[in-house]
This record gives sequence, structure tokens and C-alpha cells, in this order.
Amino acid sequence: MTFQIPIALITFYAFASILIASAVMVISAKNPVHSVLYLILSFFNAAGIFILLGAELISMTLIIVYVGAVAVLFLFVVMMVDFKAPGEGLSGSLKIVAGLIGSVLICETTFLFCTWQSSPFAKEGLTNPMPEGRTNAHSLGDILYTDYFLLFQVSGLILLVAIIGAITLTLRDRTRSRTQVISEQVGRDPKETVVMVKVKSGQGVSHD
Amino acid sequence: MDALLIEYLPILIFLGVAISLSIAMVGIAYFRSTSAPSDIKLSAYECGFAAFDDTRFKFDVRFYLVAILFIIFDLEIAFLFPWAISFHKIGWFGYTSMMLFLGILTVGFIYEWKKGALEWE
Amino acid sequence: MTELFMGLWSSYGFPLLIILFKIMALVLPLIICVAYLTYFERKVIGYMQLRLGPNTVGPFGLFQPFADAIKLMHKEIILPTAASSFIFIMAPILTFTLSLVAWAVIPVGAGLVISNVNVGVLYLFAISSLGVYGIIMAGWASNSKYAFLGALRSAAQMISYEVSIGVVIACVLLCVGSLNLTDVVMAQKKIWFVIPLMPMFVVFIISILAETNRAPFDLPEAEAELVAGYNVEYSSMTFALFFLGEYANMILMSALTTILFLGGWLPPFQCSFFSMIPGVVWFAAKVAFVLFIFLWVRATFPRYRYDQLMRLGWKVFLPLTLLWLVITATVIKLTGWTASMSTGVLS
Repeated sequence: MTFQIPIALITFYAFASILIASAVMVISAKNPVHSVLYLILSFFNAAGIFILLGAELISMTLIIVYVGAVAVLFLFVVMMVDFKAPGEGLSGSLKIVAGLIGSVLICETTFLFCTWQSSPFAKEGLTNPMPEGRTNAHSLGDILYTDYFLLFQVSGLILLVAIIGAITLTLRDRTRSRTQVISEQVGRDPKETVVMVKVKSGQGVSHD
Repeated sequence: MDALLIEYLPILIFLGVAISLSIAMVGIAYFRSTSAPSDIKLSAYECGFAAFDDTRFKFDVRFYLVAILFIIFDLEIAFLFPWAISFHKIGWFGYTSMMLFLGILTVGFIYEWKKGALEWE
Repeated sequence: MTELFMGLWSSYGFPLLIILFKIMALVLPLIICVAYLTYFERKVIGYMQLRLGPNTVGPFGLFQPFADAIKLMHKEIILPTAASSFIFIMAPILTFTLSLVAWAVIPVGAGLVISNVNVGVLYLFAISSLGVYGIIMAGWASNSKYAFLGALRSAAQMISYEVSIGVVIACVLLCVGSLNLTDVVMAQKKIWFVIPLMPMFVVFIISILAETNRAPFDLPEAEAELVAGYNVEYSSMTFALFFLGEYANMILMSALTTILFLGGWLPPFQCSFFSMIPGVVWFAAKVAFVLFIFLWVRATFPRYRYDQLMRLGWKVFLPLTLLWLVITATVIKLTGWTASMSTGVLS
């Protein structure tokens, strides 16, 4: 008569409920900074659920990239821009547009839900996700750069577009301030800048 | 799968221990210390003067740029890690695909550099 | 009924107790180390400046950390007005918790690790990425101009040096072939990585100095510059938690350096005399050496100006580390060297 506490199941329900609760708080918190903090909490719980699935690499990458980089960006922006809480809500016409967009999205998601079909290989993939002897990170690394070469390069191009976009949109011309040009300072020739003079005591050096 | 998950349980327990330890330290200080709040003590520090105006200063776009650049390079690092550990299994093809990826991002980096996005901060 | 209880105890209660015992066996010495690091720093910097450090409290001043702790505990915790109190208190707790929780995956000896996860390196990198939050939250919740500006600059500095840390770790991983920290140490049995990857070792040391906001990169928290930056509004135990968190982070980064470059718990030569000394002692000695470098650098160099600091991170370290990564990858491919040549690590 052994009593098994299903630790994994309890942990899953804990993570999932906190995830849903904090996701709801993201959109309903009054203070935008609290909103971002709840978003960070939901990312953590999502990472926990990934670990329960055995996807360690994705879980850690989620924390490194989403929590460590994207949410930091959100926080920077939200903290620096002074958001005024809207007084009485949106104006009438904006409400109609918002309602329209919301209902379109709901229709699309319901449609997706109803016509979802799992691939015939899903069951196989779930029971045997990784080859013998290779960990999760290794199995991903084995195929990502060879079998999915084109997708990998496309992601590189997307990152390049992101860099160019960010710089084009935000950089203002800064010709006003003078910066240090360290290569010029270090590459200075002592012979041209320093002159050694033998000074007689009490006589000083004269300027030419 | 169980063998994998059992390794993560100590991390959860450790997290609980660490949080309770920190809260205990703050709690001890809260109960042991005196508490005599006054207006002057509670106002923000500004070298002896009263605070001038609202603390939200002008939005500085350089911080935003640094954060965006950090996201890009963080993603590059996230791609580098699995490549580095599977390096021996993916042969010359895997090597060239990563070199191509790094080349694309180096083009972006040179663009940033020339445009002056890396200046002043 | 008693069998149920015995069954529960043997399969759940007892292992839990073992885990708790292991955690305590790591955390308590760690906290004492953090406390004595503050003492050690004052002594070392004092002697480097030709003066004695603390030497009054106890023999050789050895009880100084306890005196500091008791003093800080009895000071008033000031919650400034118009700050978000919850976040204000959570920020130092978060910082301290993060620097503690990262120790769950660090192997201090052969098989002596609390949680031997397969992605240990990524876990540590994630924890160091999260370190930014304590600072941002502290700066924002303080509702003070100095604090907020200091926090933003400190955060921008930390994330800039994260990038070079990440690429250096990728360089080391090329030579190891696994994300498990124990494998990283075992791959250095033939030779420590500090020798073939010496430039990366130097870049890593400088980057972790910048990451932990230590001199000469401590502009955002220097007293003379920004009135101690993001922790200007903190007092008593909350300030102490930030302080302890910073030092615990220093020890963590030193431990990471020893694991990645200095061979973890492995002795320098495989002779019988060295093998008699347990691995934990070697590990502690190497961590102490790296910490000494931290303190030595603080006593020696003047502070970097903020734009010089950011220039170093983006324009010098990033290209250098990427170049070295390409060189390492090319050399490994050309010579056909595999990690299994040093030991039986997954290749």
C-alpha cells in the first residue's frame, strides 16, 4: 500500500495556475511597471513548465532571452516614459475599432482550436524525444545547424533587420559633443608633442 | 525523464530556502530596530535640499538602443551555445552555417559602429 | 498506518531532509565567506595602502563582520515616501536570493554538487542576466533622481558586459562539448583552459568586474559620483542585503571563473602529493585567488568614466571575443581535436 505523491503533477498545476493568474494581472494591473513584473513572473512559470516537459534548453533560453533581455527593454521603456493613466477610458470610435479587432482575434483563435489536428508523428515524438545518450541540448544542436540550415540563416537575417530598424528609427544625429578618440591619443608621437629642455637654475624657460 | 526532473527539485527547494532566509533577515531587522519616521527622513536625498521636481527625467533613447542591441546579441549567444556543444557532430557544414550566421550579424555590427550607435554609451 | 508513514518518510521525507542538509552545508559556509570577504577586502586594501585594516574588534579584527551585522540590524529601516514599498523591499531580497540560488549547480568537488543539471552553464548565465532586475527595481522604487539614473546606468553597463561573457563561455564550451559544469571541469584534466584560452581568461575577468559593478567599473555606485547610486535610499538590513548580495555575486563569479578556466577542483599536476589534498580545498584556494585579483584591482586602478566603460564593452570586447571564437572553432576543426581526447566526456 504505497502512497505516491505525484510531485511533477502538483508542480505542473502550481506553475500553470500562477502562469494564468499572472497573465491576467498583466492586462489588468493599473501600474504599467507592475504589469511588466507580472509578465516576468509568467515567463518564469512558463520556463518551469518547459522543464517539466524535459525541454531544458528552451527553458533556460526563455529565461536568458525573454526575462534577461526583452523584459529589461520593456522595463526601461515603461520606467522612463511617463504613462498617464487614461481618465475615462477610450473614446467612442476607438472603442468600436478595439471591439472589432478583439472579435476578429477571438474568431480566428476559435477557428484554429476547432480545426486543430495533431501530426501522426506526435505520439512517437513525445515518447521518444531524444536519441540515446544525447541530452536535450545536444539533440537540438545536432540538427539545428544542419537540417534546419535555411531557417537558421533566416533567423540571422531577421536579427540583422532588427538591428537596422532599431538604429534607423531611433538614432538622431549627434555632431554636437566631442568624444575621446582613443586611437589618436594613443597613437600620438612623443617626438612631436614633448620637448626636453635643459633648464639652468634660476633662469626658467622662455616661450618662442 | 524522471532522472532529469529529479535533478531540478533541489533547485526549487534551494529557491525556497534562499527567499525565506532573505525575508528572515529583513524581518529580524524590522523587529529589532527602532522606528521613528519623520518627514525629513522620509523625503528623497538631494544633498540637503528639498526635491526640485518630478523624478521622471527626459527619456534617453540611448538606453533603449543599448537594450535592443543587447537583445540581438543575446539571441546570437543563445544560438552559439547549442552549436558549441554539438560542434563535433555537425562537421564542416555546421561550422560554415554558424560562420555565415556570425557573418550576417557582423555586417549588422559594422553598420551599428559606422552609424555611431555605439558612441557615448 | 505506520507503514504508510514509514513509506512516505523513506521515499519523500528522508530524501528531502538530505537535500535540505546539503543546501545548509553549502549556504552556511557561503554566508560566513561573504561576511569575511568584507573583512578580507578591508584588510587587503588597507595593507596595499600601507595601513592596517580593521584590527580592534576581536583578535586581528576578526569579529568585525559580526559587529557590522549587529550594527546594521539595529538601524532603522527607512521607507521613503512615494516609493512603491513592496518593490522597494523586494529588490534587495531578489538580489540576495539570486546570488544564493545560483550556487545550486556549482560543483565544489568531485560529485559534490547539489543539483547536477545538464544545462548548468546556461542556468548560471540566466542567473547573471537576472541580476539586472534587483538594481532596476531598487532604482525605480526609490523615487529619487540619483537612484534612478544610477540604476539605469548600472543596468546598461551590466547588460553590455553580459554579451562578452556569453561569447567567452561559448569559446570554452567549444573545447568541452557539454553544458554540464562537472563535464566542464573534467575536460580540463590534461590542461586547464586558462592556458590555451588565455586572452579569453583576461576578457572574462575584466567582464565579471564590470558585471558585478566592482572597481574600476563602479561608477554607478561610487560615493563621490552618484551618491552611491541605486542604493542611496536604503538603510539597515536592506542595504546590508544589497551589500551581501554584491559580495556573494563576486564569489559566484570567481567560482565560475575557476570552473571555466582554472580547472575547478582539479590539482595542477597529477602527482600523489597533490591528489591527497581534497578537491574542495583546491576549489576554495582557486576561488580565493580570483577574489584576491578582484580586491587587488580595486586597490590599484582609477575609475573608468561611463562612456569609456561602454566603449570597452561594445567596441573592444565584443569584436575580440567573436574573433577568438572563430579562431578557436577553426583550430579545433582543422586539428581534429575532440574533447574526448582529454577525458571521457561526451563529444
